[in-house]
Amino acid sequence: MTHTRKLTEQDYATIGAEFDAIRNRVLADLGSRDADYIRGLIKRQRQLEITGRGLMMLPVTWLPGVAALSVSKILDNMEIGHNVMHGQYDWMGDPAVHSKHFDWDTADTAENWKHTHNYEHHTFTNVLGKDHDIGYGLLRMSEDQPWEPRFLFNAPLAVILHLFFQHFVAVQNLKLEDYLVYGTKSRKQLAKEFKPVWKKMRKQLAKDYALFPALAGPFAPLVLLGNVAANATRNVWACAVIFNGHFPEEVEQFDPSVIDNETRGHWYVRQLLGSANFEGGRLMHIMSGNLSFQIEHHLFPDLPAHRYAEIAPEVRAICERHGLPYNTGPFVRQVASTWKRILRLSLPGGRGKRTADHATPPVHAPAPLADAA
Amino acid sequence: MTTANALTQSFRSGIQRALRSELVASLTTPHGVDRYLETLNPAWAVHATRARVTAVRRQTDDTVTLTLRPNDNWAGFRPGQYVRLSIDIAGRRCTRCFSPANSAHAADGEIEITARVNDTGTLTRHLRDHARVGTVVTLSAAEGAFALPGSRPDRILLISGGSGITPVMAMLRTLCDEGHRGRITFLHYARSPGMQLYRDELAAIAAAHPNVELLLAYTDDDSGALQGRFDRRQLARAVPDYRKATTFVCGPAGLMERVEATWEAEGIADRLNAERFTAAPMPRDDSAEGEVRFSHSERVATNDGGTLLDQAEAAGLRPEAGCRMGICHSCTCRKTSGRVRDTRSGAISDAGEEEIQICVSVPVGTVALDL
Repeated sequence: MTHTRKLTEQDYATIGAEFDAIRNRVLADLGSRDADYIRGLIKRQRQLEITGRGLMMLPVTWLPGVAALSVSKILDNMEIGHNVMHGQYDWMGDPAVHSKHFDWDTADTAENWKHTHNYEHHTFTNVLGKDHDIGYGLLRMSEDQPWEPRFLFNAPLAVILHLFFQHFVAVQNLKLEDYLVYGTKSRKQLAKEFKPVWKKMRKQLAKDYALFPALAGPFAPLVLLGNVAANATRNVWACAVIFNGHFPEEVEQFDPSVIDNETRGHWYVRQLLGSANFEGGRLMHIMSGNLSFQIEHHLFPDLPAHRYAEIAPEVRAICERHGLPYNTGPFVRQVASTWKRILRLSLPGGRGKRTADHATPPVHAPAPLADAA
Repeated sequence: MTTANALTQSFRSGIQRALRSELVASLTTPHGVDRYLETLNPAWAVHATRARVTAVRRQTDDTVTLTLRPNDNWAGFRPGQYVRLSIDIAGRRCTRCFSPANSAHAADGEIEITARVNDTGTLTRHLRDHARVGTVVTLSAAEGAFALPGSRPDRILLISGGSGITPVMAMLRTLCDEGHRGRITFLHYARSPGMQLYRDELAAIAAAHPNVELLLAYTDDDSGALQGRFDRRQLARAVPDYRKATTFVCGPAGLMERVEATWEAEGIADRLNAERFTAAPMPRDDSAEGEVRFSHSERVATNDGGTLLDQAEAAGLRPEAGCRMGICHSCTCRKTSGRVRDTRSGAISDAGEEEIQICVSVPVGTVALDL
């Protein structure tokens, strides 16, 4: 790889030790500040949720109600849910903020998400065939994914993915394309895997689209519409933030061979090359669950996310010292860059600027985990 | 006044029934109603048991006694049982077991616990230094088989040492509240009168109840009814009919061992009930010793010094696991006792119950896992 070619094994060891040092220092400093932060945020989110659901029941306060519930759902899923379920607050020992016990206000089950996200996506970040977040089985997001005619619809499918993100994520663990496109999964297996997903989905659908509207009596359609709007707002925002983290043009994808005998240092460098930040104010960081610091998040997925802003300058300094890229830019620029990739890869080929030295044999996307390595 | 009280009571139980309903559960899914209630008041909950501190006192220099008013979820306790009390210290939830010392029939419904503060005890030191009226703590339901049987024995001998007095204090107070007629001997060991817990309360109980015989033994001074440490001769002189009594003992390891040895030698071990609270000692070094107990699957392995995940797999278990490098938290599982070393930082954990990542945890001495 172009960036990493000049690094020696000694360099990798040094990089590993430097990132470990940051991690250990933050771990040793965890305490009341972090506990107060997450509990304060949860309290704010619950207040926004109660307020939003209440205001939505009257026509005059409908719009602020939808806004409050949208913000509440975004906070619940991103700065609270995503981060708590990463185990960032497990050290507190409080079941209310523990990755084993927390569940979030979205269609996906906590168990399935922790598998596809915490394990597959974070361990095998941007490794084709192992990290299902590359395109969610729906899109072509990497040059190394062989082109298929269905990818002509990359852009409209990406819009649909944004709008219905919570339900796509909910079924992500089912790897639907294995059943629908590649025929490597049986209907029976799919039905079995869908059972727990449907259980959670059903509860979420009942809450947002039946029970709360019913409570509003004559204004039921208003509440139904408001909940659809709040869920859609959260969907589009969450999807955009996540796409920004791994799909801007400069971000690299990797061949499965890189993870053989990968050292801690190599792992850190892969996380770094496979992630991108975007810039913004404090509110932007909180609303994105601090995934605006996607690089720091991928280096240290289980450190409390509100710490990323504090350690970002050090991470950047390490990158500069070792000549590694630190991919960041304004939110809008990263979105534009991501969509450029979506459009470019809808057509066959699309290797573009990538050079032959990291061109790898095509990897069949639905390869089962055990075989891909 | 009583009508008003009855009305308040029925209003409260009505609200609670509503909050516990299926509908409210569906409206508050997936978080549950308690997560919303606690944003309004930290002691409010319809499922969790929480308690507010209503009094703090110091009986001796090295103890702290707290009176707690639990919320309506507290289901009471059998005298002798313990509760797990949790409180957040510097952001971390710490949990320790305490035996309530109050009568199970206390009219005010409050719980009294007495903690001896030792220098290594994070939680007890915190309670001594920071517990105030109004502090909220989380409680488990009462647990433990060490308790007065439902049909009260006729002849009861209660032996305790130091802060081990609390569960037998609860037994004594409960029996007195019930107007128990049988003879009760309360044999307590302390270093000196100044170090003795519940001195005035015990004197008052003994004065008011002719069937209660109070025997105090001080190991560091001669002013008690008995002198020195527990032994069989001392017991035979002070409580000649001890063989006929149903006996409960709680105290430091030395006392427990001598009492148990005596009862075993007499062949009356079935009449003895014992409760011990001993913290695991700090490990001396990194050498692999002790065993790994997988309590759920009822397997035991000799600690080989590897990570708990490797040792669990070697024992034939298939615990959930993912990255095997400490980032994905798939393997998180409950440690019920023992200390572990984090392979990344080298930090050694507390000996109490907590969730740990078994792929990066090496047992230091004997460890029990809920696997």
